[in-house]
Amino acid sequence: MAVCIAVIAKENYPLYIRSVPTQNELKFHYTVHTSLDVVEEKISAVGKSLGDQRELYLGLLYPTEDYKVYGYVTNSKVKFVIVVDSSNTSLRDNEIRSMFRKLHNSFTDVMCNPFHNPGDTIQSKAFDGIVSGMMVQTG
Amino acid sequence: MECQEEKPIIYTMENKPIVTCAGDQGLFTSLYTSLAQQLPREPMEWRRTYGRAPKMIHLEANFVQFKEELLPKEGNKALLTFPFLHIYWTDCCDTEAYKSTVKEDMMRWQNSLRTHGSADWVIIVVETNDTKKKNKTNILPRSSIVDKIRSDFCNKQNDRCVVLSDPLKDSSRSQESWNSLLLKLRTLLLMSFTKNLGRFEDDMRTLREKRTQPGWSFCEYFMVQEELAFVFEMLQQFEDALVQYDELDALFTQYVLNFGAGDTANWLGSFCAPVRSWSGLLLRRPIDMEKRDGIQRGEASLLDLRSYLFSRQCTLLIFLQRPWEVTQRALELLHNCVQELRLLEVSVLEGALDCWVFLSCLEVLHRIEGCCDQAQLAANCSHTVGLWAYATDKLKSLGELCGLVSEKGPTSEDLNRTVDLLAGLGDERPETVNSLQSPYKKLKEALSSVEAFERHYLELSHAAMEMYRAIGRLRSARLVGKSLAEFYMRKGDRERAETFLQEALKSYVSEGWSLPVTHTRKQIAECQKLLGRTEDYLQTSALLAGDVNLTTEERKHFCQEILTFAGKSGDHSNKVTLSMGVFAQLTRLQFHPATASVHSGAILQVELTLRCLMPVSVHIQQVAASIHFDVDHGGTHGRSKGAQRQTNPGTVEFIQGNSSAGPPSSSAAGPSLELDEIQDRSPSDNSLNSTGVVCKNTHLIMRRHDSNSPPDTPNCVSPPTVAMKEGAQMLKVQDVKLEPGNNSIIFTAPSGQPGTYTLRQLCATVGQVQFVLPHIYPSVQYEVYSQEPQLTVEPLSEPLLAGLPQMVKFTLLTGHYAVKKGDALQLSNTDTMPILPSTSCTARTSNPAAELVGESVLSIQSSDKVTSISLPPTPPYHTLEFQLEVLCIIPSGSDRPANERLTNGEVRHRPRSYSHPDTPMTAIDQRMSIDCPWSIYSTLLALTFYIPFKTKHSLLSAGNRKYIQVCVQNVSDVNFTLAEVKLTEKQHASLELQSLNTKEQQLLCSKHSVFCLWEVRWKDDLPSCLQCVFSANFSPLNQDVSAFKPFHYQFQLERVTTLYSVRAEILPPAGEQHCRSGFLCGLEVCITRLTEPAEGEMAEESKTDTDGLKTTKLMYEVADSSSNWAVCGKSSGMVSMPMTANATHKVQIEVMPLFAGHLPFPKIKVLKYLPHTAAVAIQPDPDSCVENDSLSLLDKTLDDQGDTASIRSRGSVHSVGSGDQQQKGVAMPRLEPFSPGQVFNHSHARQVLVLPATDDHIMEVNAT
Repeated sequence: MAVCIAVIAKENYPLYIRSVPTQNELKFHYTVHTSLDVVEEKISAVGKSLGDQRELYLGLLYPTEDYKVYGYVTNSKVKFVIVVDSSNTSLRDNEIRSMFRKLHNSFTDVMCNPFHNPGDTIQSKAFDGIVSGMMVQTG
Repeated sequence: MECQEEKPIIYTMENKPIVTCAGDQGLFTSLYTSLAQQLPREPMEWRRTYGRAPKMIHLEANFVQFKEELLPKEGNKALLTFPFLHIYWTDCCDTEAYKSTVKEDMMRWQNSLRTHGSADWVIIVVETNDTKKKNKTNILPRSSIVDKIRSDFCNKQNDRCVVLSDPLKDSSRSQESWNSLLLKLRTLLLMSFTKNLGRFEDDMRTLREKRTQPGWSFCEYFMVQEELAFVFEMLQQFEDALVQYDELDALFTQYVLNFGAGDTANWLGSFCAPVRSWSGLLLRRPIDMEKRDGIQRGEASLLDLRSYLFSRQCTLLIFLQRPWEVTQRALELLHNCVQELRLLEVSVLEGALDCWVFLSCLEVLHRIEGCCDQAQLAANCSHTVGLWAYATDKLKSLGELCGLVSEKGPTSEDLNRTVDLLAGLGDERPETVNSLQSPYKKLKEALSSVEAFERHYLELSHAAMEMYRAIGRLRSARLVGKSLAEFYMRKGDRERAETFLQEALKSYVSEGWSLPVTHTRKQIAECQKLLGRTEDYLQTSALLAGDVNLTTEERKHFCQEILTFAGKSGDHSNKVTLSMGVFAQLTRLQFHPATASVHSGAILQVELTLRCLMPVSVHIQQVAASIHFDVDHGGTHGRSKGAQRQTNPGTVEFIQGNSSAGPPSSSAAGPSLELDEIQDRSPSDNSLNSTGVVCKNTHLIMRRHDSNSPPDTPNCVSPPTVAMKEGAQMLKVQDVKLEPGNNSIIFTAPSGQPGTYTLRQLCATVGQVQFVLPHIYPSVQYEVYSQEPQLTVEPLSEPLLAGLPQMVKFTLLTGHYAVKKGDALQLSNTDTMPILPSTSCTARTSNPAAELVGESVLSIQSSDKVTSISLPPTPPYHTLEFQLEVLCIIPSGSDRPANERLTNGEVRHRPRSYSHPDTPMTAIDQRMSIDCPWSIYSTLLALTFYIPFKTKHSLLSAGNRKYIQVCVQNVSDVNFTLAEVKLTEKQHASLELQSLNTKEQQLLCSKHSVFCLWEVRWKDDLPSCLQCVFSANFSPLNQDVSAFKPFHYQFQLERVTTLYSVRAEILPPAGEQHCRSGFLCGLEVCITRLTEPAEGEMAEESKTDTDGLKTTKLMYEVADSSSNWAVCGKSSGMVSMPMTANATHKVQIEVMPLFAGHLPFPKIKVLKYLPHTAAVAIQPDPDSCVENDSLSLLDKTLDDQGDTASIRSRGSVHSVGSGDQQQKGVAMPRLEPFSPGQVFNHSHARQVLVLPATDDHIMEVNAT
């Protein structure tokens, strides 16, 4: 499934970023960071059109030879980024959407924790569990 | 959409639907031009099968001469060459001719059509007037030929025969006939399309459904569906054409995916063949027939198929004016192809795909550039930039593969590889041979030499970067920049590399991406090391040594780099100064003592907590903190400032920004406000002018937040130049070992001169390296003060009560003075406040921290004038405390001692009593004068005592008998016992004061009063003036007899003797027994003189009448304040009284009661009347009078304050002041009241019964 999952704060610093351990973590950091360009572009485009503001899923941000990067932005401008291996063709748009929804729900739970300080990096076992579930290799 | 200049002509579909023409060719040729022109002029609605939306379509046709060969054979699926309509032209109007030739010809034509199953035909009969005229004789009845043809051929299909009238004439009839013909042709064409395409599609679908059967071939099917696409393209239905290709694309993709899932199709084998050619996309031809043929033969490779498919899609998309979709699809295609080759495990020469992708990217970009102008391109960078970046990426990896990036240049192995790669490109396509910038030439050139590669690579990189910048994708631009930096690093151009790296680093730092920060920083460190930029390198190394993202080994390495440099021996001018923040963080600073305020010379320690970020322990030669010194102008009160410190004065916590790579969340919030209270006091009297709150760190809070560098990243991008200022004073500690983590360093702060010391900078020296913290913030300061000795005396308990022994506390702050043995305080004794000797008086000494350090017994020696207290030796800045018992003697009334000088020459101040606003008690300020050993001046101190009692006296009379009443009111909060109440008269021994008080001891509770009464008895004569002393003993309740203290109250009574008695009688009207309201009664006032005149009285008041009889004038006045009586007639009058005893005067006055009931008598006042002559005679010299008056005025005010006995003038209505003052006034006759006791009113408080005027009053009584 996903090879890297990241949560990025409104101010664009990473709140959470995890990738499959077998691959170069650094590369994913660069990829996710660069994807913020497209996220910002898409957010501002949405802002202009004012059309479907409820749509949080940003779709495919950009494909690379090896990966597909998908984006999602919450109403509070927290961004979720999921990187999927390009060779994994079984994943459809709907599955990506549901992954984001799951991630968002779990993130909301983290935020509801009264001991969590908003803006701090996420250190939650439950959240970790959800992310691990999405990164389990299926193929 | 047409291509420009020298670029090869892009294919526009030349094909048109074929329409065959049979019959009279000459006739057709004459009409061809108009027909070809007019056919597409009007659009037709094309209704589609399968629920597809109807379309408006402009129909064109390619008219060809009918031949049998044109008719498709059975099974031929070619659609492009399919004749959609067959027309037979004739202008025959001669029946004979028709019968002989035309009919036969038509029959043949029909037969051949029928054999090929074609039912799309039409016969056009052209009618001209010329032909009609020419063959006038043979003309049959109207439209006979047409009817004949219809009956012969158009069996129930009358619409298959159309008449065109006068086609070459410009008449309305001709036009009408043209229109109907064209409409017919269009309709028939569309019908044919619908029918034939529908059949074709059905066949195609059937073929597709067979795809699971073993013999099925994708390539075959491809050709079929493409035929359909061609027809749609021919009909200019590009959208539909594109759909065909997209379907083919999807179908193929699905097969590849299925292959990946293990479902192999046989036909896919040809696509799995090793890739031999990677010449890239070719988008300049409308149809790449080479590749198409390859596909048709089933020999195409995957890349060939994909390339061909994409080139067709590209063509159609450009027809549809959607060039940006081309770029997007291109990128997807390239990624997809790479993936598919991987999935199919097709063997590819290393680098071949890179070549293919590179060429394809450039080809697509060229194609797009070919059909858009510059402005459009610039506006749509976001669509093309992906391709640019991809091409750059691929070129880079090719360069690396072929050894074009290394410093040394390619090896022979690299060259072999290059040759292999170039071989796979094949020859350049003819279309681009003449183009100088073709992708083919670019790639070939780039791979040919290191220089050319560099040029091309830089060009591409910069183009990609520029575009990313232009569309605001700065992060992407920086990533390209970083990749460029890596290239430069390989090439050995470190300087350029660093520029790009720094830029990228800045963005990672500002957004808090720690891993990229660490990685980039490591690269920068490498650059800096190679560039020999020692200082920068060390700074970066320090950052890396403290970076938790690195392994301990790496951190140790960087730490060692610093230590190695530091260990190098070198001249001292070569010291390197680094920012301390990366090396260690100052987390806490503590003062001992915590007040951070010491007296000069005392020991003050400063404890720093440094969190060392290094992975190993570091030996520091010296830690120094520079100090800024401000001379304290605040004077001796050094402590006052210290009190303003915040909650925990001794400890300052330094809030750290996260380590440089952490999330900048805390910094985003900004520093917290630091607020201080300010008070502006007037310099002269220390009164408060204004007060407010100031923010101390506005310079941090009020700055722009959009600036790029967050506040806590000073160290990362370019280390700021930190300079250690050489302060005059430093806190220093030598040889400290800093362990990783928190370290505590203790300094001993200098405290020589009084003033404020501010810690400014911190500097740790390790050999050649100095780590400097340029500003310690929030600012930390401590104070050193010098203090003059200070002596204060304060009550042990408030309030101090006069008349009782009270404890007072002496506090001596020694300040800078050391109390030596033998030093003593000299208290000047005063009579009013003696110091009571006590047996044991201990002095407590405490140090500045308020800890008790010693106790000693004081020796107190009292002499006549001075009490000397010898102090125990006390070190400076200590506090000495002891208590003494003093007694303030209550001043007894009007007693007024003369001013006298004290032993030391000070004027003795009479303790003045005054009333204090906060308490009902009268206060006395008692001054003390103390000579201290440290000063030549005496210290003056004041204590305030309060008199617990208020005393009042009054004279009461009963006829001639006199009583004195003294009222003692306890105004304090203490309960007292009063004993031995006494009243004595000082001057007249014969006078006897008989006490009417019974009890020996009396309780006098707080806020209560005790009244005492004495009767005055005398033998011969009552003196007119009595000097009385009231005395009593008092003590707080429940204390033994010895605690009783005396209380005296002196007062003077004047004019005690009763001179006149007044008697009043109310007489009812004549004949009545009682008074009645509303009726006049008589009031008889009888004034009797009781005594002989005394000496003083004679001189003062009497007036010798003409007859020699001494009389005095009295004024009487009847006044009824309560409105019970109406005085009728004269209410006042003058009476001349003879100055002999028992002289009586009677006055009759008429009064009228206004109410019924027991009414009190109206008040009768008797006043002295002083004629003006007496005053004039007495008036003295004006000058001296003024002087006297002013003196007496002064005295008076004093008396008014001090004496309670100034009740002389009370009760007088007329008097405006005392006699003295009246004398001074205008010489007018005046009235003067008698002193209380001089006139006795017998009828005082008497009542008389007054009846109602009539008895018939009705009283209403309501009982509820």
